[in-house]
Amino acid sequence: MTLRDIRDILDADVLCGEQSLDKEVTTGFACDLISEMLAFASSGTLLITSLKNPHVIHTAEVMDAVGVVFVGGKKPNLSTMKQVGTSRIPLLATDLLIFKCCGLLFQHGVQGAKRDCLQ
Amino acid sequence: MSSGAPRHVIEFLIREKDFLSAGESASKTKKALQQLGLKAEVAKNSAIIVYEAAMNVVIHAISGKLRVVIVPEEVSIVAEDVGPGIPDIELAMQEGYSTAPHEVREMGFGAGMGLANIERCSDELNIKSEPGVGTVLEARIHLKQKDDVR
Repeated sequence: MTLRDIRDILDADVLCGEQSLDKEVTTGFACDLISEMLAFASSGTLLITSLKNPHVIHTAEVMDAVGVVFVGGKKPNLSTMKQVGTSRIPLLATDLLIFKCCGLLFQHGVQGAKRDCLQ
Repeated sequence: MSSGAPRHVIEFLIREKDFLSAGESASKTKKALQQLGLKAEVAKNSAIIVYEAAMNVVIHAISGKLRVVIVPEEVSIVAEDVGPGIPDIELAMQEGYSTAPHEVREMGFGAGMGLANIERCSDELNIKSEPGVGTVLEARIHLKQKDDVR
């Protein structure tokens, strides 16, 4: 499953990172808490969130997320996002609410992330 | 290791309510450690420790200093702040326990998982705190041969 497939399934807009849509998504993780994102940090994870602040970008960078899907229609302010350097992480936005977004992805075979900071 | 072994130091100043600086420090730490050739897992765990430690300073303290030292044997991260201190460290370590104000939680912070995340990502963790003075947090990640600094 690639980010391009994710975009199609969720009918999402690509806010940035169009050139990286062939990246492979291994798991999904939906959350609105930064610390929880960090606890479940795993490379290749698609981060799904209704938070729309630039902290999400830093968090996605640290957790090696493959991309971020902003749910619920309201798009984040791209210029704010760009201040923190969005170049590496593709950002998508969908009108779907978080439950439906996750349900659709699960239906298409995306599994949930497991906590892997535990060693 | 020989006495001429490489030693790298990265420092960050963290101020009260400067939320973006916490994330920036974490991103910079991760990039620096990757450039030094450390294993992805070590770079990520170090960045998580920096993020959470810096965020604690941003949320709770007045100001703080973060220092990341990389030597061939370990990565050590020391966060030192001037602030109210932690009255009950054992309680603060519990996942879900949080004293963060509502507006901080609205941004997605203050979940009460910070110290627990730091502990999970480190091999050693020491916290010394004096109420009304401040807190010193020291986390270490031991490096195995294969994680070595280039």
